[in-house]
Amino acid sequence: MKHSKASASQYTGGRLAAFGNWIDDRFPMSKMWREHVSEYYAPKNFNFWYYFGVLSMVVLVIQIVTGIFLTMNYKPSSAEAFASVEYIMRDVEWGWLIRYMHSTGASMFFIVVYLHMFRGLMYGSFKKPRELLWVFGMLIYVALMAEAFMGYLLPWGQMSYWGAQVIVSLFGAIPVVGEGLAEWIRGDFYISDITLNRFFALHVVAVPLVLIMLVVAHILALHEVGSNNPDGVDIKKLKDEDGIPLDGIAFHPYYTTKDLVGITVFLAIFAAIIFFAPEMGGYFLEHANFEPADPLKTPEHIAPVWYFTPFYAILRAIPNKLGGVVLMGMAIVVLFLLPWLDKCSVRSIRYRSTTFKVALFSFAISFVALGWLGLQKPTSTYTWLSRFFTLVYFAFFILMPFYTRNEKTKPVPDRVTYHG
Amino acid sequence: MVNRLTLLFVILLAMPAGAIAAGGSQTLMHANNDLTNTASLRRGARNYVNYCQGCHSASFVRYNQLAKDLQLSESQMLENLMFTGDRIFDTMTIAMPADEASAWFGRTPPDLSLTGRSRGADWLYTYLMTFYVDEKSPVGSNNLALPGASMPHVLWELQGLQRAVFRDELDDGGNVHKVFEDFEPVTQGSLTPREYEQFVRDIVNFLAYIGEPVQLKRRAMGGWVLAFLLVFFVLALLLKKEYWSDVR
Repeated sequence: MKHSKASASQYTGGRLAAFGNWIDDRFPMSKMWREHVSEYYAPKNFNFWYYFGVLSMVVLVIQIVTGIFLTMNYKPSSAEAFASVEYIMRDVEWGWLIRYMHSTGASMFFIVVYLHMFRGLMYGSFKKPRELLWVFGMLIYVALMAEAFMGYLLPWGQMSYWGAQVIVSLFGAIPVVGEGLAEWIRGDFYISDITLNRFFALHVVAVPLVLIMLVVAHILALHEVGSNNPDGVDIKKLKDEDGIPLDGIAFHPYYTTKDLVGITVFLAIFAAIIFFAPEMGGYFLEHANFEPADPLKTPEHIAPVWYFTPFYAILRAIPNKLGGVVLMGMAIVVLFLLPWLDKCSVRSIRYRSTTFKVALFSFAISFVALGWLGLQKPTSTYTWLSRFFTLVYFAFFILMPFYTRNEKTKPVPDRVTYHG
Repeated sequence: MVNRLTLLFVILLAMPAGAIAAGGSQTLMHANNDLTNTASLRRGARNYVNYCQGCHSASFVRYNQLAKDLQLSESQMLENLMFTGDRIFDTMTIAMPADEASAWFGRTPPDLSLTGRSRGADWLYTYLMTFYVDEKSPVGSNNLALPGASMPHVLWELQGLQRAVFRDELDDGGNVHKVFEDFEPVTQGSLTPREYEQFVRDIVNFLAYIGEPVQLKRRAMGGWVLAFLLVFFVLALLLKKEYWSDVR
């Protein structure tokens, strides 16, 4: 009641204000607005890397809205799915635009999320008190992978079909329960109409719900602990007489207007892809996926879409199937453990040791290299390269407690800086 | 720091692209087709309905969409491109039953709606250019782009027959590989080699177009969308500068 009274004073005069007060007495509308928008104080030194959080939200909205329109004409049956996608592309008014927005959005989602995660690595945004924020983010990433994997089956092209066949069969490598588990996921002995139907249900209802709830949790956790910044400085330590952090500025109007600039640039890139290169040279839409799924004809080269290829390269690097599957899973699990593997109290890479900088960039390079290797046909050279980069990938995490324990760090300033 | 990081990020992004550009697959001829050339698309459509549509459907392609994009009237369509009693709002299906076609040819001739996208124009061009006489094949011919193709050389009267010359080459494992060297003409076709190339290029152009009929429209539209976003960017930037003038 105390809050609603305080917020009631927000609106003065006029009928609209009276309506605002009426709502505030029943629902914390202006309270939420203040807590999360107009009086949420973010550090004023955000740089380029701080756009990717809001951009992930933009892509999520694009995916949900275009996805709703796609379901209006898509038919989740093995006999009709492929043709219904072409019907959308050719006969539905603006269907091609909606479909390209959705297919481009899938890849762009991973691009912005990968950059968002890398930002977290660079500036130590996963460290105390943001451990849970990082874990929520990782859960979003896992849900996103599930969402993308199941969505990719829906066009029912050759790569949809055989990609799903390969990935689901990986569960078969698990001892004892594996084969049964793979069968349970497919609902059949091979990828079939039944699999398509359930993947559709999960892709359009179940996983999006989970994603949205996780995004809410991610943002609530962020607003509870406050945003990190490129200096890794805790801005809540120094406040003015009103209790506002000296280095903090209100999210609205400062970051709403700044993000609008970033969003516009992002949309320009997004539009350039949609209108001039929607296939992105076969990386966003694979050429082989323009052939309808044929369970009797295995393509000579099956590669997952680019955003999964770092993990696919790790899988192929191990000669033993079960070993490969376990290591691939571990590659994602270790990311969850990051807040507890890094023993250094300094957050930002700006004030950390050369050892850490070398380690982080080796990790980034190995991730990109594995992504590239996962797209190639396996040769012995590539397999050895994959093994090397897999080693670098895991060494970054496993050795982290050792090289971060007594790290030679630079002094962290009290206030945020703008050194470019 | 940020600039260095940003630079590194750009390099990392460019890395796979450069590596992909460096790696080539088997050599394909260049189709050099031009989707903005409506005359070529019309000739391609004519060639397609006369030589391909006997066996191949393009069941996602609608005649009235074709008429619109090739700038042809309904009567022009009916006289020149529609021979089987189809109506203008039908799609380019064929009467040949798939099961029987499979029995006759070994496999059902594929639907060609999306071949321009799945195989690409250069592959299609190479395919139609590189049929050669092969007595061992049940159809009497073989193909460089698709070895063991079950489609006979339908256009042989136009191109003439040619024989492929191979030489033997040893690989690292000591196995002998047949490597294609050149074609030798066997019979003259009714078209000159140049005319035949153009004939094939027109068909390929048509197939590339039907793979995604909207592609011309979307490119034209893209410029306007980007222009709008550029204007919006300037306004957004000015708004941001105005609000941020008191920060620091």
